[in-house]
Amino acid sequence: MNWDLIWSSFGPLITGAVTGTIPLTLASFALGLLLALVVALLRLSPNRVLSGIGRFYVSVIRGTPLLVQLFVIFFGLPSIGVRLDPWPSAIIAFSLNVGGYAAEIIRAAILSVPKGQWEAGHTIGMSNRQTLVRIILPQAARVSVPPLSNTFISLVKDTSLASLILVTELFRNAQQIAAFSQEFMALYLQAALVYWVICLVLSTAQSAVERRLDRYVAH
Amino acid sequence: MSPTDPSTMVLEARNLAKAFGSNTVLRDIDITIRRGQVVALIGPSGSGKTTVLRSLNGLEVPDAGTVTFGSGDASSGLAIDFGAKVGKKEIAALRDRSAMVFQHYNLFPHMTVLKNIIEGPVQVQKRPRAEAIAEAERLLERVGLADKRDAYPFELSGGQQQRVGIVRALALKPQLLLFDEPTSALDPELVGDVLGVIKELAEEGWTMVIVTHELAFAQHVADEVIFMDGGVVVERGPAAEVLRAPRQERTKLFVKRLQHDV
Repeated sequence: MNWDLIWSSFGPLITGAVTGTIPLTLASFALGLLLALVVALLRLSPNRVLSGIGRFYVSVIRGTPLLVQLFVIFFGLPSIGVRLDPWPSAIIAFSLNVGGYAAEIIRAAILSVPKGQWEAGHTIGMSNRQTLVRIILPQAARVSVPPLSNTFISLVKDTSLASLILVTELFRNAQQIAAFSQEFMALYLQAALVYWVICLVLSTAQSAVERRLDRYVAH
Repeated sequence: MSPTDPSTMVLEARNLAKAFGSNTVLRDIDITIRRGQVVALIGPSGSGKTTVLRSLNGLEVPDAGTVTFGSGDASSGLAIDFGAKVGKKEIAALRDRSAMVFQHYNLFPHMTVLKNIIEGPVQVQKRPRAEAIAEAERLLERVGLADKRDAYPFELSGGQQQRVGIVRALALKPQLLLFDEPTSALDPELVGDVLGVIKELAEEGWTMVIVTHELAFAQHVADEVIFMDGGVVVERGPAAEVLRAPRQERTKLFVKRLQHDV
C-alpha cells in the first residue's frame, strides 16, 4: 500500500466532489424538480392529451437506463447537429432523469392531500392555481420529502456516470489517479468513502427537513 | 319590509336538478332565502341536502336550474343559469357571496389558526393584512379562542377546530353562510359549543343555510325547515310546523326516527 499516494489523493477526490459532483447534483436536482412538478401536473390534468404526454415521458425515462440517456445526449445528438459540452449534457440528462422519477413522487403526494383541502381553498375564493400553490403543495411537500431524498441521494451517486462523458468530477479524478498509479483498489475505495460521507451528511439534512415539516402534524 | 320585498332577498334557487346517469340526485329544488333568515335542510343521508348546499357555493354544479343572488340586477346581483355553460367567473362570484363551514372543518393543517382565518381576506379579497388580522382576532375572541391564535389545527379539539372553521367563513364577510352538518363529526360533549356559536350568529342576523341532523337545534334556530328525500323537497315550512306537526308521511317517519335516537 502506498499510503502517501492514498493520503494525497483525498485532495483531488474532494476537489472533484466540490467542483463536480456536488454542483452537478444540485443543478440537476433543482431543474429536475421543476420539470417533475410540470410533469406531475400534466399527469393529473383531466385533459387526456396532456396526461398522456406526462405518462409517456415518465414511461420513457423510467424504462431506459440513465447511462443510455446520457450517451444519447452527449454522443448521439451531435450526429443530428446538436453538439453539447460535457457539463450541459450531463445536467440535461440528469435533470430529465430526475424529472421522470420525481414526477411520480410529486403526483402521489398531491393526490395524498385530502379533497377537502381543495374544497376549502375554493370555498374561500381561491383559484385552482392559488389553491395548488398555497394549500396543496405545502402539504404535499411534507409527504414527498422522504422519497425525494431518496431520489436526491441516488442522484449524487449517479453523477459518477458523468465521468464517462468526460465531466471532471469525483469519480473521474479517482479513475485518473488509479490508472496512473495502478492503485485501483485503494482509489476506488477512497472514492466510495467520499460518496458515502456525502450521503451521510444528506441523510442528516433529510431528518432535519422532515422534523421541520412535521411541526404542524400530531405526533 | 315585507317578506316578499325583493330587496330583502339574498338568494333564490330555482329548479335545481342534477343526475348521475339515471340516478337522480336533485330534482326541482326551489329555495328562497331572505336577509337574516335561517334555513335548515334536513333529511336522510343521500337525500341530496348536502348537494343542494354545495351547489350554492359552486362545489357542485347542477345540470340545470338557476341561482340568483341579491336583486338579480347587474350591479349588485348575480344570476347563474346552470343549464347554460357556467364559467369560472360565475363560480367565483358565487363563492364571493357565500362561505362554507364543513363537516370535517377542513382547516389548513400547515397554517396557524390566524393564518387559516386571514388567508381568504388577504390572498383573495386583497384586504390589508393588518386589518384582516385585527378582524380575525376580534372574531376569535368572540368564539372564545383568542389564546389559540398561533396554534396549529392539530393542537385543537374538534369543537375548537369547527369554531375556527366558522370564524374562517365569517372573516370573508359573506352575504350567506353555509353549514354542512357542522356538528356531525364532533364528540357529543363538544356539539353544544359549536351550536351555541351558530345560534348567536342567527340572533345577530346572519343569513344561513344549515344542513343538520340536530332537529332540536333546527327547531330552535331555523325560520324555515326544508325536508328532503330522494333528491326532492318533500315538505317545507316554519320550523315548528315541519318538525312538530309534519304533514307528509315521509317527514313524520324521519322526524320520529331521529327523535327516538335522542
